[in-house]
Amino acid sequence: MQIGIPREIYPEEYRVAVTPEVVTHLTQLGFTVKLETNAGRAASFSDAAYAESGAAIVTSSAEIWESSDILLKVRAPSEHPDLGLHEASLLSPEQTLICFIWPGQNSELLSRLSDTGAYVLAMDAVPRISRAQKFDALSSMANVAGYRAVIESAGEFGRFFAGQITAAGKVPPAQILVIGAGVAGLAALGAAGSMGASIRAFDTRPEVKEQVESMGAEFLMLDFAEDGSGAGGYSKTMSEEFIAAEMALFMEQAKEVDIIITTALIPGKPAPLLITAEMVDAMKDGSVIVDLAAEQGGNCELTQPGRVTSVNGVRVIGYTDLPSRMAAQSSQLYGTNIRHFLTDICPEKNGHIELNMDDDVIRSMTVTRSGEITWPPPKIEPAIPAEPSRSPPPNAVPDLVKLPDKQKNITSLIGLGVVMAIILGVGAVAPSSFMNHFTVFILAIFIGWQVIWNVSPALHTPLMSVTNAISGIIVIGALLKIEAGSSLVVLLAAISLLIASINISGGFLVTHRMLRMFRRDI
Amino acid sequence: MSAGIITSAYIAASVLFILSLGGLSNQETARRGNLFGILGMAIAIVATIFNPGVGNYALIIILMVSGGGIGALVAARVQMTAMPQLVALLHSFVGLAAVLVGFGTFLDPTVEYFDIEKTIHSIEIYLGVLIGAVTFTGSVIAFGKLQGIINSRPLTIPGRHLINIAIGLACLWFGWQFISMAGLDAGVSPLIIATVLALIFGAHMVLAIGGADMPVVISMLNSYSGWAAAATGFMLANDLLIVTGALVGSSGAILSYIMCRAMNRRFLAVILGGFGESVSSSSSTTSDQQVISISHDESAQLLREADSVVIVPGYGMAVAHAQHPVSELTKILRNNNTDVRFAIHPVAGRMPGHMNVLLAEAKVPYDIVLEMDEINDDLPETDVVLVIGANDIVNPSAQEDPDGPIAGMPVLEVWKSNATIVLKRSMATGYAGVDNPLFHRDKTKMLFGDAKDSIEKVLAALK
Repeated sequence: MQIGIPREIYPEEYRVAVTPEVVTHLTQLGFTVKLETNAGRAASFSDAAYAESGAAIVTSSAEIWESSDILLKVRAPSEHPDLGLHEASLLSPEQTLICFIWPGQNSELLSRLSDTGAYVLAMDAVPRISRAQKFDALSSMANVAGYRAVIESAGEFGRFFAGQITAAGKVPPAQILVIGAGVAGLAALGAAGSMGASIRAFDTRPEVKEQVESMGAEFLMLDFAEDGSGAGGYSKTMSEEFIAAEMALFMEQAKEVDIIITTALIPGKPAPLLITAEMVDAMKDGSVIVDLAAEQGGNCELTQPGRVTSVNGVRVIGYTDLPSRMAAQSSQLYGTNIRHFLTDICPEKNGHIELNMDDDVIRSMTVTRSGEITWPPPKIEPAIPAEPSRSPPPNAVPDLVKLPDKQKNITSLIGLGVVMAIILGVGAVAPSSFMNHFTVFILAIFIGWQVIWNVSPALHTPLMSVTNAISGIIVIGALLKIEAGSSLVVLLAAISLLIASINISGGFLVTHRMLRMFRRDI
Repeated sequence: MSAGIITSAYIAASVLFILSLGGLSNQETARRGNLFGILGMAIAIVATIFNPGVGNYALIIILMVSGGGIGALVAARVQMTAMPQLVALLHSFVGLAAVLVGFGTFLDPTVEYFDIEKTIHSIEIYLGVLIGAVTFTGSVIAFGKLQGIINSRPLTIPGRHLINIAIGLACLWFGWQFISMAGLDAGVSPLIIATVLALIFGAHMVLAIGGADMPVVISMLNSYSGWAAAATGFMLANDLLIVTGALVGSSGAILSYIMCRAMNRRFLAVILGGFGESVSSSSSTTSDQQVISISHDESAQLLREADSVVIVPGYGMAVAHAQHPVSELTKILRNNNTDVRFAIHPVAGRMPGHMNVLLAEAKVPYDIVLEMDEINDDLPETDVVLVIGANDIVNPSAQEDPDGPIAGMPVLEVWKSNATIVLKRSMATGYAGVDNPLFHRDKTKMLFGDAKDSIEKVLAALK
């Protein structure tokens, strides 16, 4: 099938749906790839690089839209400035479009898309289940946005992040509060932490505490029993009492911290208002707020989407295009998500996709199909909270059967005592001839014990075969009986002589053969 | 030859045997150690043959030459992947010889004992025969399981512990009968019955133990064969046999201990068998787990770009006979200036040191083959880990799932590396029946297929 990648037309959109590396993988899956010229230039991928990976470069946007079976984009279709018509109107019923759609916010676009009859899959509607993690583009973008939020705040913030003690005096570390410990929040914590800032985070879901702490941040708790976990690993709206307590906490924090990064979003709803004008007012001069929820109305009362505003010495950053500001990175992650998704729906690797509506993931992502709007999808229950891959696994639990040392000592003392008692008991009744052999026996065990511990584990197999050979020493017993009176005894001795001989020669020779193979690096 | 010279010859042989085992402490001295063992054995046999009580030289020579010939033939022919079977078979011979010598000693009319000496002698014979019998059938069954003649899954007949206890009690009872019997004829039937019971016990015990517990079983049988030889030494009042038996017995005991520790299981729990029969509850979420598979070309690409590679071999490598292509791969990567090392878990394979021997056979230099403890700390800095046919020994749930069946088992922490490629035939669980979360990690890529076939394809892609 033909894959087409048109250039993104949305103003200030620098991302591109695939990178040259992804093109290579797509051709391996059996697809042919056409790319509009300069589609990747803003993300620092040249046409030449794409051509080298096997993509055909086409100058006309219209040709891409017309001739492709599958269209890959980043942004949802919009009015095309050069062609003078809406991108959606270029779609035909046989085509499949895969990109961000935001169906919840764009009902008009949705009906426009369904009118075309095309199959449209929304990359922002990937369900949060483990199987779909590798094509969860929202998480990828949130990761970039979280990182970039810290970089942007560093640009506006007039001081170091890391504390320093210099000849010119002491510099305290920047205090950074991250609200909402989702993927973006954790990425922000990671970036800020590695730049040396002192970091803390707040989230309504208590189960993210461990993840926050694993990033080296302090988790701010509300002394309040209410769990904010909603379906699908996202948060839900909280009760009024909770919000009041939360606001008090934020007010207190606002006076303390230098930078606040807010990432609180509730799916399908406007962003919750967390930072009031009053709190902004309470912040120190030179403080910075980065509002990652700016596009959905903002977590901060003073946020102006797409702009930086300065209020009473506090800068409020409301950029809505943070992933696009790191276009190379975002495109690489988004492209890889797309590739994983196409790999999944192209199981035969023959360049043909199969869209099975019984599959939960496909069902969730499909927003229009054969002229029909299929959004919102039926709920997947139960939701499994998606764990961001970044957080290390929670503390391991090693060594379960570990006796305290003292108890161990006592056990071994008891064991030693029992052994001594047995030896004494034997000595009390046994004749001296036996005791002589017994002495030899016990000493030999001790020598064996000392010697064997030194054997290199790599030589355990030769050790077994050589002990096999030397336990063939039982041949002596057979030899001593071979001339005994009764013929039955001689027969028994003869058989043991034969098999013990097999042991001796077999054991030694196979050991020799093995040891000859062990060689050092030359 | 006088008794004094024979005794000194036996002392020399004992010392040589100890030096022989001591020589195995490292690869440089190991070959010399083996020669010491051969020398000790030669001295012991020659001294015994010239013992005043020994005659019938023609028979001795015929039997020893033919036995030695068979042994040499087997040693020359055996495949390195079949070493566990050979070792099990040789154990069974020691066990059988101990039983036969025990019976021979008992039936030998030329020696008579009285009073307490007779009691002790009877106990020695009884113990020697019993341990020998258990070793014999246990080893034969182990051989059968390793060779694939017998199903390697644990056989768990209901009430098997009760059966074992009953056999144990019966053996005690017949032992008492045997020792208290005055004459030869009266003693023979309890001895025969007890021997049969011990034979059944040995077979039943090993039947109940699953395939991957074989390292413990083999070590244990190694130990038993030593104790059987030692008991024979007691009944013949022969110090050389006692010393050798004690050396071998403690050697096997140490190996069993090391193997049990490597699985974090108690010796008794292994011996009682039945492990792996219960399906674990922790594998409930398997249906919704992502698995990222990787192609041969991509694997080759990853390996080519890596600066450091660690290869973790398991029983799957032995089954697929993949050691030679693995060695070839190692050579190519090393020529490419990649740091390649091997990580060996103590219980990888079917007997202690199994993987080392296979790698040595394929001419992998032993100084890049490291133990688990030596390499675990380096894994976080490793670019690519290649897991070949291993499962439980790289299972992170041993550390993360405190209720799991393998909780606390020391494992190779391959998931800490930058990327892990797992070669596996299918998504089936390992021996312990535990789902392996490693396969679902983001950094893990699965390369499905026969290990040998896959490695050869990766090799082709690398070239």
